[in-house]
Amino acid sequence: MVTASTELGYNSKVEGDVVVTRADAVINWIRTNSMWPMPMGLACCAIELMAVGGARFDIARFGAEVMRFSPRQADCMIVAGTVTYKMAAHLRRVYDQMCAPKWVIAMGACASTGGMYRSYATLQGVDRIVPVDVYVSGCPPRPEALLDALMKLQAKVKREPATQRLFSDDAPPRADLH
Amino acid sequence: MATEFTFPDSAAKAAKLPAGLPEGTEFQTEKMSLSMGPSHPSTHGVLRLQMELDGEILTKCDPVLGYLHRGDEKIAENMTYNQFVPYTDRLDYLAPLANNMAYAIAVERLAKLEVPARCQAIRVLTAEMARISAHLMGLGAFGLDVGAWSVLLYSLHEREKLYKLFEELTGARFTTSYTRIGGVTRDVPEGWLGRVNAFCDQFLPILEETLTLLTRNKIFMDRTVGVGVISKADALAYGLTGPNLRGSGVPLDLRKDRPYSGYEQYEFDVPVGSKGDCYDRYLVRGEEMRQSVRIIKQVIAKFPDGPWYATDAKRIFAPPKDRILTSMEELIQNFMIVTEGPQMPPGEVYFEAENPKGILGFYVVSKGGGVPWRLKIRSPSFCNLSILPKICVGCLISDVVSILGSLDFVMGECDR
Amino acid sequence: MASGNDQSNAAAVTSAPEAGNLLGFLRNKGVAATERPSSDHPAFNVPAGEVVATLQHLRDEQAFDLLMDVTAIDWAEGASPRFTVVYHLLSTTRSAYVRIAVNCASDTAPSAPSVVSVWPGANWHERECFDLMGIKFEGHPDLRRILMWDEYPYHPLRKDFPLAGIETALPDADVTAETGTRVLAAPMAGGPFVATSGEINLTEAEPRAKDESWADRRPRPDQEGLKQVRE
Ligand code: SF4
Repeated sequence: MVTASTELGYNSKVEGDVVVTRADAVINWIRTNSMWPMPMGLACCAIELMAVGGARFDIARFGAEVMRFSPRQADCMIVAGTVTYKMAAHLRRVYDQMCAPKWVIAMGACASTGGMYRSYATLQGVDRIVPVDVYVSGCPPRPEALLDALMKLQAKVKREPATQRLFSDDAPPRADLH
Repeated sequence: MATEFTFPDSAAKAAKLPAGLPEGTEFQTEKMSLSMGPSHPSTHGVLRLQMELDGEILTKCDPVLGYLHRGDEKIAENMTYNQFVPYTDRLDYLAPLANNMAYAIAVERLAKLEVPARCQAIRVLTAEMARISAHLMGLGAFGLDVGAWSVLLYSLHEREKLYKLFEELTGARFTTSYTRIGGVTRDVPEGWLGRVNAFCDQFLPILEETLTLLTRNKIFMDRTVGVGVISKADALAYGLTGPNLRGSGVPLDLRKDRPYSGYEQYEFDVPVGSKGDCYDRYLVRGEEMRQSVRIIKQVIAKFPDGPWYATDAKRIFAPPKDRILTSMEELIQNFMIVTEGPQMPPGEVYFEAENPKGILGFYVVSKGGGVPWRLKIRSPSFCNLSILPKICVGCLISDVVSILGSLDFVMGECDR
Repeated sequence: MASGNDQSNAAAVTSAPEAGNLLGFLRNKGVAATERPSSDHPAFNVPAGEVVATLQHLRDEQAFDLLMDVTAIDWAEGASPRFTVVYHLLSTTRSAYVRIAVNCASDTAPSAPSVVSVWPGANWHERECFDLMGIKFEGHPDLRRILMWDEYPYHPLRKDFPLAGIETALPDADVTAETGTRVLAAPMAGGPFVATSGEINLTEAEPRAKDESWADRRPRPDQEGLKQVRE
């Protein structure tokens, strides 16, 4: 499928040497294929997150194998596990430290909605403190589901008006906080 | 080898005073406080260490827990015994099958219920497989902590094979919820035992290969031998259990000492360490995996026939599906079990099982009825971590990483 | 590598004589212990003042060398004694357990003596008990909350505290300022549902989320929090 932002220009005279395209497409192409995750491994889902990094599922095929524990070097926070109220502030702080543009995947039922932990200590969904781009269902989601979420996120990033945001001071908010 | 270092204070004293300063001037080193975690790769989840450092040496270490406190014990008071089984998966999520078994036996002790031999054998088999998978992860993460990345890849690969077997048996990769009070959810599938056997056969050489990556590895030994020594007395005083206690030379293994679920039929050795350092704990885990394979082989060799749930426990275990659909009595019985839960007599039991991380205990207080009045989970990781403030003082900060890796804890069960 | 000590399966069921022996031992030591009903291990009630001595004797002379667990039970609001502190000891050499229970004198401000002096490992257990049950351990070197954050106003394992929680402030005010999130009561409408056995009133007996059942019988502690969830 060719969408507006992935359309490539073409000029037969300089064929092979020059590709003409839109800046948006280049920037988004770079961003989608080197999405460095910040593995926010909090609970059981983190085990599946590790499995995704392992040999069988191999997230490297999607350019996202460079797990960075330092938020400054990461683009995409994968919240894998139950977020408790005690942890919420730390999670938000890590999110704040990530450099824009940044995305969030809520992996698993707990991160998405609180899951099976309806209790006094559990934050009922990480979207109450950070904006979430992709929710993954499952308890835990299978590694394939996380890969699917990553691909969905890549598709979303491909459609973003990257240059617009690059040159405007007040970038439009990507998602609403609940 | 034990790290030789001079404390900054003494080093400062030993250094020559710069000219002009009066004799006997002492340099003050400033204490630095450092917070490690709760989002840190080598705290294995969401542990936070509040440390006070003098140069590179710890003078104080205060672990902060609770970042994964999800309220399991309160949740248990609000549901039937069977409804709580999925929550036990998520205690030590590296070995859910072992947790399932411990919980089921605890409640069965309360109900004074005996499960048939086949059910016991299935439980032992799955618990030992869970032990292998948990120790593999412990090993891989330990290697990762001290800088050996490839061990993790080896162990993840083996774990995937185990997951495949778990999935075939229970329907889930690791949130298995396999046991029920009075049995297990389903019998082993056709040909599954053979595949477990085949896994064991190919696993042993791979295990040896994985262990050789660490056992005589100079870097690994430098970072673990003589580091984080826990004496026998300390280990007992702080309630350490599992490989951490055995690493310190106490041969306590409940599978031997208070056998449950038919462990007395199987032959295996209990490895113990001699010095109680990080390296000993590593060796103990390695050997335990070999012993687990030995147990699995024996279980498969004499796998009993018969029912895989307590057929006589009419008020505890739901009847088989085809009977529910055809018989009125069984339908009502099933309805009662599902809505009110299996009815338990009043009483208190405390049951502990030897889990991969240590001794997992369930203290069930019942006032009768289908819901526990109080369920206390005695988690091994919680107790194992409580020794940190004691053994970390005087260590280098890089040793803390080795110590954490060697204690092999899971925050899900520590914070509950 | 050495092999652990073998023991027969007989140890799994406690024999009555063992309980008697231990009771005799404790009485000889001057502890006013009484036998406590138990489905498995020998269990004794001891007065609060003598618990430290009891545990010390059991450890030093009866080889109960591991303190496995310290916990507390809340026997319902209004019950008296309301709180009981329970200790479980294991002997690594005898492979036997013993359970020691202490009733707290006060139902409103329960307290028990700390056993950290006997077992340093009791430190965290007692902190957890204090955190979740609100039992004050006298003589504890550092009695702080351990699982919930320090400013948390409630003791969640008490029976009058709802599973869903009560609305309160987040530990960090700046996150609330930025996101507007607070600690809210969790929605319980999704279950799990449990029927009340032995209930005559059919409406009451219906399977429902246990945590909500008290909404019918008595007012919820935080009606505000409840409304927010229902909306
Ligand atoms: S969604 Fe399930 S597996 Fe994931 S963290 Fe929550 S309880 Fe654990």
